[in-house]
Amino acid sequence: MKGKVWKFGDDIDTDIIIPGRYLVVTDPDKLAKHCMESLDSDFYKKINKGDFIVAGKNFGCGSSREHAPLALQGAGVGAVIAESFGRIFYRNATNVGIPLLEAPGISETLDDGEEIEIDMEKGTIKTTNGKEYKFKKLPPFMLEILDKGGLVEYLKNDSNK
Amino acid sequence: MLMTMSEKILAKASNKSSSEAGEIVMGEIDVAMTHDLTGPLSVESFEKIGTDKVWDPNKIVIPFDHQVPADSLDAANNHIILREFVKKQEIKNFYDVNQGVCHQILPEFGHVVPGEVIVGTDSHTCTHGALGAFATGIGSTDMAMVFSTGKLWFKVPETIRFNIEGQLKENVYAKDVIVNIIGKVGADGATYKVCEFAGNTVSDMSVSDRMVLCNMAVEMGGKTGLVEPDEKTLNYIETRSNKPYEVFKTDLGAPSLETIEIDVSNLEPQVACPHNVDNVKPVSEIDKEIDQVFLGSCTNGRISDLREAAQILKGNKIANRVRMLVIPASKEVYTKALDEGLINIFVESGALVCNPCCGPCLGGHVGLIGPGEVSLSTSNRNFKGRQGSPEGEVYLSSAAVAAYSAIKGRIESI
Repeated sequence: MKGKVWKFGDDIDTDIIIPGRYLVVTDPDKLAKHCMESLDSDFYKKINKGDFIVAGKNFGCGSSREHAPLALQGAGVGAVIAESFGRIFYRNATNVGIPLLEAPGISETLDDGEEIEIDMEKGTIKTTNGKEYKFKKLPPFMLEILDKGGLVEYLKNDSNK
Repeated sequence: MLMTMSEKILAKASNKSSSEAGEIVMGEIDVAMTHDLTGPLSVESFEKIGTDKVWDPNKIVIPFDHQVPADSLDAANNHIILREFVKKQEIKNFYDVNQGVCHQILPEFGHVVPGEVIVGTDSHTCTHGALGAFATGIGSTDMAMVFSTGKLWFKVPETIRFNIEGQLKENVYAKDVIVNIIGKVGADGATYKVCEFAGNTVSDMSVSDRMVLCNMAVEMGGKTGLVEPDEKTLNYIETRSNKPYEVFKTDLGAPSLETIEIDVSNLEPQVACPHNVDNVKPVSEIDKEIDQVFLGSCTNGRISDLREAAQILKGNKIANRVRMLVIPASKEVYTKALDEGLINIFVESGALVCNPCCGPCLGGHVGLIGPGEVSLSTSNRNFKGRQGSPEGEVYLSSAAVAAYSAIKGRIESI
């Protein structure tokens, strides 16, 4: 996966990712228009499909709304790399097929706008100037869920039920 | 083997004799709750999986509480999706627009008993740990898997036991205790862990007060809150539930247990300031005028909260600059408040009393705040934009501070 870095701070909560007043719809494309709007109202216009969010600690803390990873997915976010994640958001993002990569110290090393390449199998993030960082590799069953595009597709294979 | 309460509950749920923190178990679910806001996505995912019938219609509970009555065509449509699902799947435990907030209704109608595993598509499902159940918030796709199989995988969490000692001063409540703890440990201080609340202060608390503590466990990242069942717990459930239950207690030497000692004897009323729940200060340090007060929610919309507020508001008028919304957490709370004359006191003081629902807590229904406005709320989250405009501010407090501040027009405690 290759893409550009969009940086955010610590404790980015689910109300920032998608505010409560938009939860009446479930279509990722409609949700995407309001993704991160309280911090950057044009976020969905600026981001290119496959770009990455890089954030500090506790990304996705707060509510159980699965609309949050769906909004990020609709906006085209290819993966979120953060120091740590909120627990429910972590499961929800995996379940809808967005990779969440935990990389302590990452928010201080990557720059906003930087181009990076992620290798899920090796657990590495490479920058264009040759630097390499590691993230905590995901277990095989999680890689398979992500590879299938989420838990629903994964469960359609009866042997996984 | 020495185990925590949650290790024991998850061992039982996964048909094992023991379980330990870090282990992944497949747990059988006793209660699965979804509501009008996150329910439609759960149904959508369930239908995509392609299972015809839910695993057990008697273990599913569906209350409507976030957008009741429907305030838009989208909300009305979501209600229709769920009513049709309830009918098709023959779900008996369905509470339509007139019953109140999910986390109040579940215990009131006897759906929560000690030793169970409860999941809900709402992060404040952790409230039910106050009755000794392992209860946690999940997303809609996880819920679709539960609907389909009755099971869900869990990583067995470690436990932080907050040993709370000391007698609370007058006008200091469970809300002040939990907000103070969150301020100390931080918004990610208990991520993935169980927050167990113990000690004399907790033993002295009512079941309602224990619900306040457990409700906010998620605001420090906790997977659930838990209180060991005692006589008060059993008295509460015996009047409301016919379900069998099992009481589990934590072995104090359990390897995955960390204990934090908290002394609350000198605690003053606390406020969580914008825009994070761990930005906590004593009320005495706050100098802030307010535009709206919200008394309600799954944190502090119970009859005890309404009584505390009414006692302060009786014979007083709300400040001109303030609008106050009082939203009882359930029909039962509303009826009691009517019988006790509390509703009259609220209306006479100038407050608006709304039907039982989540209200402005998540900024999706009634009573939103505009740019530059300040809300003082008894709910559990003050994130940027939580109650409406991202240029607004939300402060969190107890019912008593909320009521007194409504009269003063600024954040103050008696």
